[in-house]
Amino acid sequence: MHQLLNTLYITTEGAYLHLDHDTLKVEVEKETKLQVPIHHLGGVVCFGNVMVSPFAMHRCAEDGRFMVLLDRNGRFKARVEGPVSGNVLLRKAQHEAMTNNQITISIAKNIVAGKIQNTRQVILRGARDTDDQQDVLTLKATAESLGGALSRLSNCEDLDQIRGVEGESARTYFGSFDKLVREDRESFKLNGRTRRPPLDRMNALISFIYALLMNDCVAAAEGVGLDPQMGFLHALRPGRAALALDLMEEFRSILADRLALTLVNRRQINKNCFIERPGGAIHLNDEGRKEVVIAYQKRKQEEILHPFLEQKMPIGLIPHVQARLLARTLRGDMEEYIPFLYR
Amino acid sequence: MDEATIPISALNQYTYCSRRCALIHVEQTFEENIYTMRGRDLHERTDTPEESGWEDGIRIERALPLWNNRLGLIGKADVVEFHGETPYPVEYKHGRLHKYENDDLQLCAQALCLEEMTGQPVPRGAIFHHSSRSRREVAFDHELHNLVEITIKAIRGMFSSKTIPPPVNDARCRNCSLQEACMPSAIAEQKRTRLLHENLFRVIDP
Repeated sequence: MHQLLNTLYITTEGAYLHLDHDTLKVEVEKETKLQVPIHHLGGVVCFGNVMVSPFAMHRCAEDGRFMVLLDRNGRFKARVEGPVSGNVLLRKAQHEAMTNNQITISIAKNIVAGKIQNTRQVILRGARDTDDQQDVLTLKATAESLGGALSRLSNCEDLDQIRGVEGESARTYFGSFDKLVREDRESFKLNGRTRRPPLDRMNALISFIYALLMNDCVAAAEGVGLDPQMGFLHALRPGRAALALDLMEEFRSILADRLALTLVNRRQINKNCFIERPGGAIHLNDEGRKEVVIAYQKRKQEEILHPFLEQKMPIGLIPHVQARLLARTLRGDMEEYIPFLYR
Repeated sequence: MDEATIPISALNQYTYCSRRCALIHVEQTFEENIYTMRGRDLHERTDTPEESGWEDGIRIERALPLWNNRLGLIGKADVVEFHGETPYPVEYKHGRLHKYENDDLQLCAQALCLEEMTGQPVPRGAIFHHSSRSRREVAFDHELHNLVEITIKAIRGMFSSKTIPPPVNDARCRNCSLQEACMPSAIAEQKRTRLLHENLFRVIDP
């Protein structure tokens, strides 16, 4: 069984990461802060100004461990990669599927169905967890509207229609997202979804977790030999990991949004974990980022039943398994791609 | 991989499970589990040509490169003993003494290589079972030779068509290191896939 290994996140700026025999060592101002055996790690993510020795990069690339460089806000900057590996036949099948309308539509449709199903579960769970009858009514109405989107989706015949249903259900969902917040609603009000840059705390929080999830989805796609840029639902654009974005759709609500809500509702993240820049952009501060990264790592270790494979596995492995299912679909082993459904 | 050339180990894999063979050679998948690690460990110890030499009057070659141009085979023998001029291949396997057809095929393919390489007939060889430290001698009869040739043809066909056979989804899967890549139960049960696909667009709450 593929093992879920830890990801080493380095958030301290000015840290120096280097290889010491079979370990990775993190030094800050010449003082060793951490030393981990490299075989315990699935990969390394560096935020901001972190120095990495060439030999540490060589070793990670050689072993197929990912090394990603992000800016302080979790935005992707660079990835250290070894020789192209994996299966050229799979990549060829992926490219051919792109030009096959029927396959493209079935994959895109199934991905959006998975996304809406999971979003709906998050909404229903929120309805179960609150005592406020007004909120319950709003959330139930949202769930119903998402249910309607599912049946409309099944009749979609082209990508534009599918994207339309997807966009509309995302608006419905985020429209009642505030009802899922139970603590300090005033500070964590979501004023519509804003991304570049986030303009409120909740947007800043979920955007940051999406960035973490995105890196895991790119790694999952690459790990099974898929081209992360060649997507089905998301249009191709240079520099955009369209397939990783596709893969991510079914996980956004259950992995990222749920985590954001838990952090706020348990007061692990509060309004002091953010900084506001002149003009209104809002970002997590250092402590906030650290809290989120730790919680995200913990969440990935939690075990969950994969309903299709009927296997228990850590949540962090699910993007990898779904990437594998997609690869198997593209190679003609399965008639349909079955997304991960959260129950 | 050169389509014309088939690694001897593929015969063993193909006979165990043709999908496993295709996943390794057509899809270039490899995952380790406890069994492959044990096997690798065992072979690392036998895989040292420098330890070739004479033992009890028998010349012993370790990690000997093998090939057969007629059949398009390449590989390596763990050990080849030379009984006089006659080569005698010995393949190391972890586990206890047990007769496995796939091991016999692999050994016979080694013998066919040695015959072409040395011009000597190779009538017999042995599987050394590491756990029980016992040898099982295998005689290369006409039937086994035939089976090797048929298997090579089947593998070559699979390699050139680049197809992946469906999973067997039986007891063999339990100890297979490629289970995660193969997804035997999910893929073997297309009926379930269809049902799940239909339900994907329905609202079903517990």
